[in-house]
Parts: sequence; C-alpha cells; structure tokens
Amino acid sequence: MKKDNVAAYLFLAPWLTGLFVITVGPMLASLYLAFTDYNLIQAPEWIGFENFTRMLSDERLHNSLRVTFTYVLVSVPLQLALALLLAVVLDRGVRGMAFYRSIFYLPSLLGSSVAIAILWKQVFGTEGLLNQLLAQVGIEGKGWISDPSTALGTLVALNVWTFGAPMVIFLAGLRQIPAMYYEAAAVDGAGTWRRFRTITLPLLTPIIFFNLVLQIIHAFQSFTQAFVVSNGSGGPSDSTMFYTLYLYDRGFGNFDMGYASAMAWFLLIIIAVLTAMNFVASKYWVFYDD
Amino acid sequence: MTTETIGRPLAGTRGTTYGWTRVKPLLIHVALASAALVMLYPVIWMVVSSLRPGNEIFREPGILVRDLQISNYQAGWNALTEPFTRYLLNSAAVVFGAILGNLVSCSMAAYAFARLEFTGKRFWFAIMLVTIMLPIHVVIVPQYILFSQAGWINTFLPLVVPKLLATDAFFVFLMVQFIRGIPRELDEAARIDGCGKAGIFLRVILPLMVPALATTTIFTFIWTWNDFFSQLIYLTDPKMYTVPVALRSFVDSTASTNWGSMFAMSVVSLVPVFLAFLLGQRFLVKGIATTGIK
Repeated sequence: MKKDNVAAYLFLAPWLTGLFVITVGPMLASLYLAFTDYNLIQAPEWIGFENFTRMLSDERLHNSLRVTFTYVLVSVPLQLALALLLAVVLDRGVRGMAFYRSIFYLPSLLGSSVAIAILWKQVFGTEGLLNQLLAQVGIEGKGWISDPSTALGTLVALNVWTFGAPMVIFLAGLRQIPAMYYEAAAVDGAGTWRRFRTITLPLLTPIIFFNLVLQIIHAFQSFTQAFVVSNGSGGPSDSTMFYTLYLYDRGFGNFDMGYASAMAWFLLIIIAVLTAMNFVASKYWVFYDD
Repeated sequence: MTTETIGRPLAGTRGTTYGWTRVKPLLIHVALASAALVMLYPVIWMVVSSLRPGNEIFREPGILVRDLQISNYQAGWNALTEPFTRYLLNSAAVVFGAILGNLVSCSMAAYAFARLEFTGKRFWFAIMLVTIMLPIHVVIVPQYILFSQAGWINTFLPLVVPKLLATDAFFVFLMVQFIRGIPRELDEAARIDGCGKAGIFLRVILPLMVPALATTTIFTFIWTWNDFFSQLIYLTDPKMYTVPVALRSFVDSTASTNWGSMFAMSVVSLVPVFLAFLLGQRFLVKGIATTGIK
C-alpha cells in the first residue's frame, strides 16, 4: 500500500510533540532525578541508589504501601462484585433499566470531586449523617474518620460507591452474549443460578479481567478523597496515607524532588508488575469464546 | 435515556424463562429503587442541608425541607479571598481550553492512526496505548520543574497546553475506534472528487465523528472540572484558584465548622457536572462501554 508518511506525521505532530515534551522527556528526567538529591533551588546532586535504600528503611513509606494495598485489595473486589450483580439484574429486561443505570452510574462521575470528599468527611464525622441515622435506631456511632481503625474504611466505601463505571462495561459485555445460549440452557432445564454460573460468568471473564486491571490501576492512584478527608495529612495516624499522598507530601510539601521521583518510579514498577501478574493469571481463568 | 442494544432485545425471550413471573419483577424494582435511594441519599441530603440553617445539619438526618433559606449560599460565595464567581470563571477557562485542545489534537492523531498508512504506525500506536495506563506521578515532578522554569506556575497553561498536545491518549483511542466504523468508501468518493488528506479529514471524517467528539467533550468537561491533583500543584495564587482548589481551601480555612456554606459551595461545584451528565448521558454510556474509561 502507498505510504502517506508526510501527511500522517503532520496529523500526528501535536501528539508526537506531546509524547516527547510532556511524557517521554519528563519520564527520562524523573528517572535521572530519582538518583539525585534535588530541592528545586540547588542543582540536582547525584547520589546513586541512596533514594532507593532510603525507601527500604522509610517506615512511613512502608505504611503508605500497606494502606494503599489494603485499599486496593478490599475496595476493588467489592466494587466489581457490586457492579456485576447490578449489571446482571439490570440486564434481565427490568423496566426502566436506563433510568436505574443512570442513577447507579452518577456516583462514578461525582466520586473523584472535592465536593463529594467534603460530603464524606461530614457523613462519617462524629456528628455526621451516618451517626444521626444510627441514633434513630438507638445505636451510638463514633467518629469514623477520626478513628484510625475505620478511617480507611470510609474511603473504601467511597470507592465501592463508584461501581457504576465498571457496571456499564459489564452491561455492554452482557449484551454480547448470544441469547441462544440461554435458550438452549432453558430447554435443558437449567435454573437461574446454573445459567449464571455456566454461561454468563465464563463468557464474561474477559470483561471481568478488563475491569479488574483498569480498576486496580485506577485505585492505586487515588489521591483527592484521602487528601481532602484528612486535610492533606493522611491522618489520623497515617491511616489514610495513600502512596500518592505521601509522594505529594515528599515532592510538593517538602520539595524533596529526588525522593519523590524515586517513589514515582517505584509506583510505576508496582503497577506494571501487578498488571503483568494479572495477565499471567488471566490465562488460567479468562475464557475466550473463539 | 435510551441506548441502542447490541444483539438482542431487552425483555424478549430471556425474561419469560425465569420463574414466578408476577412477583419477581416487583421485588426487583423494590430492591433496585431502595439501592438507588441509599446510594443517592447522602447527595440529596447534602443539597437539602445546604438550604438549612447551619446547626440543623447536625440534628436532621431527614431530607424534608421546612425552613428553606439561601444564607449558606450567600455566606459561602464570599467566604474566601475572592468571590466564588471568580473560581467558577477560572474553572470554565481551564475546561474550555482543555476541551478545545482535546478535540483538535486527538482527532488529528486518531485520523492518522485510523486512516493513513505510514512507517512505524504499529510502533506509535502501541506507544499511544501504553501512555493511557501511565500514572501521572512518573512525570509530574519534571513537568512541574519544566513549567515553573517556563514561568507558567499560576497560569492555566500547564493545564491546557498538554491537552493541545493530545496527552489524553484515551480520547485518541476512542476516536480511532469510532473512525474505524466509518465506511472507507466515503473517503474514496471524496478523494475522487479531488479532496486531499486534510479535505477528507475536515469534510468527511470530522462531520461523521460528531458522537465521538461529543463523548470527548463531555468526559473532558467532567474530568477537568473535577481534576484536583494538577490544579492543586500548579495554582497557588488564590486569584487563579479553580473550583476544586477553592473548595479545598474552604475546608482548610473553616476547619470543618461551617458545613452549611461548605455544602452550599459543594453543591454549586457539582451543578455543572450534573448538567453535563443529564445532557450527555447517551454519550457517556457509549463512551464508557466502548473504551472502558471512567
């Protein structure tokens, strides 16, 4: 086929410029900075692997990894399970399906906003909405956000609340399953649960996998909600100190830019390794219908 | 509120095969409606609370309004160093720039990937897909240094210029997917009529990809409006604050005492998102279903 090199690269010019100036260039620069001590004022000073050895002994960083992994491992499965459940229910030809879908999807659009984080801060506060409701049924609540043992749970709840986005993807996936499979199963006398387990679930595994990878990557980068709820401190007692929050604190709170860059690369490695592990594991449970 | 269904009808053959046909739909509706109410309750309560006297917020878990008043809005509007109008206008400026940038640059790149043959196409396409997954954190420190050396801190340039350079690669991907569905015969016909590459792009492809452009517009609107991380980093002068940064400084300055005004301004900040959602529902659902974006 005839090549349109000149035209194509002209059309790609803005994207290519962005790729090199805004993405690849800064990536290389941050790789270099990861091996330096840099505070924005003095020139970066090469310190080899010192930032990385420092990470090994940085207790707050270890804590932030624990917090982030807990958040991801708890909230993502819950969120996807709820998304799948609602998608399956809605897909059964419920009247007003589009309406319910919209209602359930709305929180996904609002969830990342500062406004909802402010709302969460109130709802789970000592005098917040949740405790007011609990008081109605005679239960005395507590300061969910000021208690280090429950603070992270409120953020998990916020992430689960935004199950609408993966739900819409599940709904699109369910639409692709040919109706004849279900008809055949019905003829064979398979019940609801059996049809779900033997038809819906296996045929949906590629979509489940897609959602899983996407939501893990997304959850690892959570920032706004924890930042607003804890007034930027990651508190109480670092219980909501997400990795990204700690990275922000080092880089833009303390201008410890070399260390923040090292942390950023470590984050990239974590996400890349987890994604790769997901892909390897997918060979054992994701079913492709072709 | 309808979306096209792919493959099979909604109720059709499957619905009838499930048991106890009368009671079940009713139960499902009750369950769904309760779930929807539980999910939206906090938001509805916030809207109602923003219209209540401050002390009632701590006593009233219900959502019935007796004594409606707008004093929270008046107080909140002028609680910070600048009136809230300023922050709304700042956010509007950033959003407008971001939308314009994404529409122009992403559609150009998408046209090249979807329709033109060129050396290195597969390689660049793979790179483009990889950048979709890239966390912003690996580039934010050098980007900050770059933009601060350019003297762009406390301007909207760090928030808009990257969009003009198609760094939101998922929109490129979304548009590529869309253009692939446009029949190539139309390009051919235009070519025979004497259209060049630019002519085909402007006169054939762009007019036909309006749904993809609408999806991009609405998602860019909502994401940029909600974006906090980069606006927090680049905008430190209260005059340049956008809505999320202003709201956050509200939380800081009032130390969580003035919930009424905080809720009022939160509601104000959510109204544009809500309107975009109402107007763009169709495109949002399609966009998310085809590319899996959030």
